[in-house]
Formats: sequence, structure tokens, C-alpha cells
Amino acid sequence: MMHLKETELCLGLGLPGSCEQTDTALKATGKRGFSETVDLMLNLQTKDQSSSVDMNDKKLQSSTKNNKDLTKPPAKAQVVGWPPVRNYRKNVMAQKSNTEETEKAVAGGGSAASFVKVSMDGAPYLRKVDLKLYESYQQLSDALAKMFSSFTMGNYGSQGMIDFMNESKLMDLLNSSEYVPSYEDKDGDWMLVGDVPWQMFVDSCKRLRIMKGSDAIGLAPRAMEKCKNRS
Amino acid sequence: MPESNDHFTPYPDHVLENVLENVLAFLHSRRDRNAVSLVCRSWYRAEAYTRSDVFIGNCYALSPRRVTDRFTRVRSVTIKGKPRFADFSLLPVNWGAHFTPWVSGMANAYRTLEKIHLKRMSVTDDDLAAVANSFPRFKELVLVCCDGFGTAGIAAVVSRCRGLRVLELIEDEVSDDYVDWISCFPADGPTNLESLMFDCVESPINFESLENLVARSPLLKKLGLNRFVTIGQLHRLMTRAPQLTHLGTGSFSPPEQPEQHEHHENDNNRVSDYVSAFASCKSVVCLSGFREIAPEYLPAIIPVCANLSSLNLSFANINAEQLKPVIRHCHKLRVFWALDSIGDEGLQAVAETCKDLRELRVFPIDATENGEGLVSEMGLLAISIGCRKLQSILYFCQQMTNAAVVAMSKNCPDLVVFRLCIIGRFSPDHVTGEPMDEGFGAIVKNCKKLTRLAVSGLLTDRAFSYIGQYGKLVRTLSVAFAGDSDIGLKYVLEGCTNLQKLEIRDSPFGDSGLWSGLPRFYNMRFVWMSSCRVTREGCLDVARQLPRLVVEVFRRDEEEGGEKSDFVNTLYMYRSLDGPRADAPRFVNIL
Repeated sequence: MMHLKETELCLGLGLPGSCEQTDTALKATGKRGFSETVDLMLNLQTKDQSSSVDMNDKKLQSSTKNNKDLTKPPAKAQVVGWPPVRNYRKNVMAQKSNTEETEKAVAGGGSAASFVKVSMDGAPYLRKVDLKLYESYQQLSDALAKMFSSFTMGNYGSQGMIDFMNESKLMDLLNSSEYVPSYEDKDGDWMLVGDVPWQMFVDSCKRLRIMKGSDAIGLAPRAMEKCKNRS
Repeated sequence: MPESNDHFTPYPDHVLENVLENVLAFLHSRRDRNAVSLVCRSWYRAEAYTRSDVFIGNCYALSPRRVTDRFTRVRSVTIKGKPRFADFSLLPVNWGAHFTPWVSGMANAYRTLEKIHLKRMSVTDDDLAAVANSFPRFKELVLVCCDGFGTAGIAAVVSRCRGLRVLELIEDEVSDDYVDWISCFPADGPTNLESLMFDCVESPINFESLENLVARSPLLKKLGLNRFVTIGQLHRLMTRAPQLTHLGTGSFSPPEQPEQHEHHENDNNRVSDYVSAFASCKSVVCLSGFREIAPEYLPAIIPVCANLSSLNLSFANINAEQLKPVIRHCHKLRVFWALDSIGDEGLQAVAETCKDLRELRVFPIDATENGEGLVSEMGLLAISIGCRKLQSILYFCQQMTNAAVVAMSKNCPDLVVFRLCIIGRFSPDHVTGEPMDEGFGAIVKNCKKLTRLAVSGLLTDRAFSYIGQYGKLVRTLSVAFAGDSDIGLKYVLEGCTNLQKLEIRDSPFGDSGLWSGLPRFYNMRFVWMSSCRVTREGCLDVARQLPRLVVEVFRRDEEEGGEKSDFVNTLYMYRSLDGPRADAPRFVNIL
């Protein structure tokens, strides 16, 4: 149970003892506070991910989704007891998602690991990674960069994960000599890594291939399509 | 108390009293009985002598002693404890509502007690043991939203109460004492069990004992299983008890498969097995559970759908496509609970088939503000068009419009309970950008039978003026993050002449609003105001004016004494015949 103080909400009504942030203007004028300013950040994961702070910007989702809702206070730490869902129900739902995750892990091969082969263009040998060891694309990306650091000479991983929201940035990347990760999914298709939610990726990825951006251009149309569908 | 005996010639007064007692034995409604008791002293006595069901709406409104002194021949006791906002962690732990003084008070007075029904009380294992030991004719135990006990306490009850007919544990917090309570029922012969519901018990169950118990309980009509019962086990129980009318289905999924060789044919065979199990349970009218549902098994319930009057899928994460094949058979459905995963499309399907629907509850899968809204005003509108007989609705959503709410107020004039929760605080009508005043105004105006209302979204004082003006029958009102000023509260306290329970949180209502309710507070069960603008001084004023009102004030964590002009964190006040309670914890200040 959260302490009341930590979750003391801000009504913007000037209640004494309420939190420092003042949103008095918010309700009346509908102007957004600084914290709501749209920041074009990576938006690769959807809501059903475990929170990877650098990847998932909830504010971005809410701002781009519904520009009419200017009077809503910014998303912040959960308010105690709101919305009014009974603790009993909350506990059941929380326990359910734990069970479902465990069951997925068990069903996926009977063991908890999920090893896939990783090849890198130009590297003399393959590696294997256990995808279950990571919780986000960023973690995987860091691990891969370390694994192949001697071959990439800094041309991999410096840009962070691919930004599927930004068409021009994506095209630049695919025209460059930067390395990009791609994977073969359950259906045998090769895709750019990062366009589906993390867990979905882990479940469907059969092998990884790190290739030069210019070689990955053939995968770009699919990525472009996804990019267009999202905006 | 005089009794009618053959050898004793009663006086005319006593004759009348005896006649009255015999007549009153048929009177069950507690409102009627309360009215009867006010007529005169002898009617008061006769009524007290014949009242067998006692209902106590607030355990702190009076002492156990007062109850046992007045009512001497009680068979059934119902007690409610904590205020409802306790369910949302707004009431600190250890606040109170202990069952112990009640069970010890009744142990001597009510030797023939048969039924105990508790809601939001703290019940210990010792209390349950006391129940088991004190009442030789005990038959029914119903615990709703209670806590403080565990499987050890349950074991005490089932082992010693040989006449037990009903054991219903509903949304309780039950600690796992590693006691195999299901094996503690008397081992020999058939039981008297009519209802056994333990959906909320979060510990594995000895299935062999359970199966044995069910097999020798010929009167069993209601069975509520917990999530540790798999669908295969459910199947076996259903074949043992085809006479069931109410079934809580447990997990409704197969156990984890350690082996890899899962053939699809086996799955199909199993589904058809379950279908035939449901087909043979012809009496089932109420289904719930589905706690970890494997959606491909849901169609197994189709054989009973045509007879279902109540279906609770509120823990089943299913979408519209998975719901449709099932719901389209449920023509007689009166009560439907679901998760918003079914979406507006699922609600449309409900609206098309369930023309007799009386109660709908739609719960959110994702209860975060700015979350993905799976149901909206479209679903509400569809329901209002298709389900004209609707009486009760609880609806969680991320967006709503006044137009949809107004439409529901006109399409569903029989509404008695209207609880709308727009999850984002201060959310306006998402199409017009206006406050939700007009929508809720239409509800109180057009739904003339409305007794319970919960509001949400962006609301000004205008909304409360409507509520005060038209909500004459409203008994329970829940308000959160709404209103502009004290006038809003004034409208409600002055206008809602039947108001019994008022719960408000995080709204700008203060002392002058509170003061305007002075003439009403003795007629109300309770008032709850948390994170509002009520000061300690204001509460003191009320407490001074109304000596029979218990005014509880909870401090904020960091303050000790606090100044009189500071806003109180929580105000909880209620009438009481026996003064302030003696068991208040340190953080509670009774003014």
C-alpha cells in the first residue's frame, strides 16, 4: 500500500500541504504544463510491456492520441484508491498477469531460456543469445553491441534503437554503413528488430542477423508500412 | 415475558400482545418492523420479541449489549463494518470494525442463533472458533469483504458446526494457514450443505476431499470454486453434482502441461467433454469464476446459456469475438459482469440478445488514467438501446459524452443504480469539451426510481444543483474529484431528502457546505469526506451541535496536534446510540 504522502495528488486548487507542482492553470485554461510538452522519443513498445523507462513514454502516447483532452492533468504517479477498483479485484488481476507470464515461460519449450543464433555480416563466427535474459530492446542492443564490439568499430549501437516513428531518420540509417539488427520470425520473414512489443518479439524471434544498414534496405518497405500505420 | 399457556388466564392486554406477536411473526421487512415498534410500548415489546432477523448497518452505531437487550429471540444477524472507501485503501489498516465484541456479546444471549452475515468486518480465527462453539444450531456463515482470518478459522467452523448449510466467502482476504480445511467437514454420512463458496480463498484445495464432500452433499445447489481448481477437476465435480444452480467455475483452464506433446485433437475431445458436462447440469442459472480462462474452452458453457440468469465474466480477459458465440444464446440473462476487453463491440452483442438485462457491470483491465479505452460512450449507448429494462449499471471507461448518458436516462427509466466511472479525473465530454453536468443531471431527472448514484468526470456545482433538485430518492451518493465550491455540497445536503450514505473524496467542499447538512446528519447512516476542505474547527462545530454524532477525524501522517484551521485528511461521521467507540486507534481523533 502506498503512503499517502507519496501519492498526494495535485488538484490545482491550492490545498495546503499538497504537492509542489501547481497545475492551477490546467483546468481553467487547458494549457499544458511543461512536463506535457511533446518530446519525440522512441515509442517502440506498447502498453503491455513491462516499463522500460527510456522506451515507453506514456505522455507521448496520450498527447498524440487525443489532442482534444487538454484539460486532463498530466499522467503522474497513481493516485491512491483511484479509479475505484476494489483492492480484491486489483489483487486478482495482478496475480493473473503473473500467472499468465509464468505459464508463457513454461509453455515456451519447457525451459526458461530462449536461445537464438546471432550472426553478424563480416564476423567470422556466430554467437548465441538467450532472449529471456533481457527485458527490453535496449538491453538486448547493449548486449549485442558488447558481443560484437571488436567487429563493428563503433558502428553499432551508438544510435540506440531504431526510431520507427521517424521516417527520415529511418531512411538515413538504412542508407548508412551503420549496422542494424534484423530477425527471422516464426513465419520465416525477415524483419527489422524493434517494431513489435518486446514480449511478442521474444516469442516470435528465431534468429538474429546484424547487417549493414544499406543491406537492410530490402526490409525497409515493411518497416515503412508499419511507420505509416502508426502515425 | 408473558407466554400464552393453557392454565393461565391472560389479561386483555396480554391477549392483544399475543395476537400481535402471532401477526408480527409474518412481518419481515425491517422498515415495517421499525415502524411497528414506534406505535406504542406494547407494540415495541411485541415487535422486539418477534424479530428474528437483526440488521445492523453500522457496527459502531450501537453496542452489542443494546441489541441483545432489546431483541431476545434472534436467529439471524447481519452486521456491516467499515465504510466502503476502505475497499480503495482510503481507510488506514487497524481502523476497527472488530467482530470480537459482537460474538462474545451474542454467545450468551443468542443460543439459538443460526445465521451470521458480515460485511467489511475484521474477523479473527478466534472469533470463528467462538462462533463454532457458541451456537449449537448454527447453519449459515456469509462473510463479504472481511479480513483478519485464515483457513484455520474456516476449519474450526466446518468441523464443529454439524448442521452447516451455508458457507459463503465472498471477496474476503483469507490467510493461508496451511490447514486442509476442506477435509475438516465431518467425515461420515451426507452433509446438509446447500451452498459452499470459496472463490476468494487463495490457497490450494485438497481435491480428493472436495470431490468426496460434493458427492455426499445431495442438497448442494451453490458451489463456488477457487482458482486452484482446474477445468478437468471442475468437470468431475459437475458430474457429481448435476443439481447445481450456481457455479463458480474456478480457473477454467487446464493445469500447466510439463510435457511437450500436446495434440490439438486432445484439446477438441476435452472441450466436447466439458460441453457434455454442462449439458447435464440443466439447472445451472448462475455462472461465475473463469479466473484464468483459456478462451477456447468458453464455448463449453453454451448448453446452459439459454437458462442463465447471471453470468460473471469479470475476471476473464476475452474479446468480442470470443464472447459473441456464447452471449448470443443468453436470452434470459438478467445480470452480466465483464471486463472491458469485450469492447464496445461485445457490449453491442449483449444489447442485441439480452433484452431482459437488469444489471450490467463493466470493469477495466487497465485501470490507469490515459490508458487504452476499450469501451466508450458507444457501448453505453448500445446497451441503453438494447436493454430497456436495465436497473443497475456500473461502467468504467476512459471517455464519455453527455449525449450517451442523456440517452441512457431516457431509454432506461427503471434505473435504480447508476455508477459511471470515467477513469481520467476531470475528464470532460470528449466530443464537446463540456463538463459532464448535463449527463448526470438527466439521470437524476429522468430516472425517477434512482436510489444510488456515483459520479465522475469534470463536474461543476451545477451538477450538484441537479442532484439536489431531482435526486429525491437518492440514498447513496459517491463523489470524487468534482465540484467547484461549498455550494455544491449545500445543494446535495439540502436537496436530497432521503440521503443516507454520502462519500466524498478530493473535492473542494468545506465547512460551510458541511454545516448546511446539520438538520440531516441524524437521519443518515454516515458521511465520509476525505481530502476535502473541511477544517478541524468546522468538524468541532458539528460535533458540538450534534452530541449523538460520532465525528471521527483522521490526521495526516506528519501532524501530531495540528492547528484548528488545517484541513483534515479524513472526516468520517455517523450517528450512534452508545457514544464514541472505545477501540479507536491512535490516528483516529473523536471530537
